Amino acid sequence: MEAHAASAAAPRVGFRLSGIGAGLGRGTVVLYLSAIVLLPLAALTSQAFEDGLSTFWHQVTSPQAVRSLELTVIASLVVVAINAVFGTIIAWLLVRDEFPGKSAVNAVIDLPFALPTIVASLTLITLYGNDSPFDIHLAATQAAVVVALLFVTLPFVVRAVQPLLIEMDREMEEAAASLGASGFTVFRRIIFPNLLPGLAAGVALAFARALGEYGSVLLFAGGLSNTTVSSVFIRQQVESGNNVGAAAVSVVLLAASLLMLAAIGLIQRWSNRHEVG
Amino acid sequence: MKSANRWGLRTLGLGYLALLLLAPLVTIFYKTFEHGLGPPLEAITSSDGLHALKLSLLMVAIAVPLNTVFGVGCALLLVRHRRPGNALIDAVINLPFAISPVVIGLSLFLLYGAQGWFGPGLAEAGIKVLFSVPGMVLASIFVSLPFVVRETVPVLQEIGTEQEQAASTLGANAWQTFWRVTLPAIRWGVAYGVVLTTARVLGEFGAVSIVSGQISGETETLPLYVEKQFQNFNQAGAFGASVVLAMLALGTLLAMNVLKGKEDA
Repeated sequence: MEAHAASAAAPRVGFRLSGIGAGLGRGTVVLYLSAIVLLPLAALTSQAFEDGLSTFWHQVTSPQAVRSLELTVIASLVVVAINAVFGTIIAWLLVRDEFPGKSAVNAVIDLPFALPTIVASLTLITLYGNDSPFDIHLAATQAAVVVALLFVTLPFVVRAVQPLLIEMDREMEEAAASLGASGFTVFRRIIFPNLLPGLAAGVALAFARALGEYGSVLLFAGGLSNTTVSSVFIRQQVESGNNVGAAAVSVVLLAASLLMLAAIGLIQRWSNRHEVG
Repeated sequence: MKSANRWGLRTLGLGYLALLLLAPLVTIFYKTFEHGLGPPLEAITSSDGLHALKLSLLMVAIAVPLNTVFGVGCALLLVRHRRPGNALIDAVINLPFAISPVVIGLSLFLLYGAQGWFGPGLAEAGIKVLFSVPGMVLASIFVSLPFVVRETVPVLQEIGTEQEQAASTLGANAWQTFWRVTLPAIRWGVAYGVVLTTARVLGEFGAVSIVSGQISGETETLPLYVEKQFQNFNQAGAFGASVVLAMLALGTLLAMNVLKGKEDA
């Protein structure tokens, strides 16, 4: 799930296509990406600005659009903060602790990646909706948005932190502890700084996912005026025939996605340099 | 670490997982079979349910092979044929990970819609993309595009080129080298990517819901069927289809674990 950057050590030989073959291959890749990804996004952007910049701005700053964007960003920030903490704890348990059923727990972490989002929404509303067996009633509230996003973004931080914990040299921790550092000090001064690159990458991926999430929020949080996230708002605008408004808010989300991808790229470059240096 | 702290962390971490992951998983199965096997079975074997299942499998049958061939080819290009433009290709491949499915659906809707760039021309040619299978296939390909590339690139980097060089020294041509040396060496990584691609295509909801128009018995995949049944207050139908999807998800997790083991071995 991580966005691996192409490594710096390029093999010079090995399986390579001839000059013509490579050119054809490159052309095919560019054509495929253009047809599948770039052309639709260009059509979207063009639609958003079709009636000029002022119309775009008017659509993006309409009270409902702003409200949906605010909810999306705030809920995503809350979710990412909670999952950063719990994700780190879970990763620590999976690497440093021993308990029965550990490998099953490790396997089930990826469930949100594998389970369709609409199924997640259906089960969350059954569990924490009006007929909740736990008597927890969250359906159609902003808390429902947060719970749905917590579910879908759970694996990101765990899976980003876990490999760093596995690789981490325990001698440093032992040295610090033998010099009298408390458990918390060891975590703060030694473990946390070492986990930071993974944590940052996991958080960025989770944030990007949360900003655009649709299916899991749909049934559980609904589309009330105070529970409409941006993706649900876009859908509502399409259904009421306001394509320009839908495209305008989509462009805002698209820009946020690009920003997050750029951030992830920077984090990776930073952590690679960290590894080498 | 003190054992009190250890138990505290265990309670927090595992309790969180129980509430967030385990409870929903148990709920799907409990709710589905609450009143026996009959209602969910009936929902799945209804003509709309069966059609949705078939359509979901059709999406997999088209999108997964295309993205697999593209993914392996693209990974080879990125790792073995380095050019300045590769960084850009690499960036574009990551886009579907970060973009909202609704935004993806809307983009296709606007490109192929009646007023879109391609809409009028295609309509004249009698080709229907929106509210029919081609549009849904395009959406499925878009959302699941990065997985095979992302899983294959690191494996390709890791295997290096010594064996390939040996093969070519012994007189194998490029094609033979690829089939006999490269592909066997990267197969578990590719398989892992295929599993992720399949899961994503089967579960895709937002993008497909916009381009399909959600016509029951025509353009409804299983996830869309779940939503429709829920909106129609047919709980048995919604859970019956959900359980099929949940079992496929568990199969995915199993496959991921088996393949991770093979990759590390």
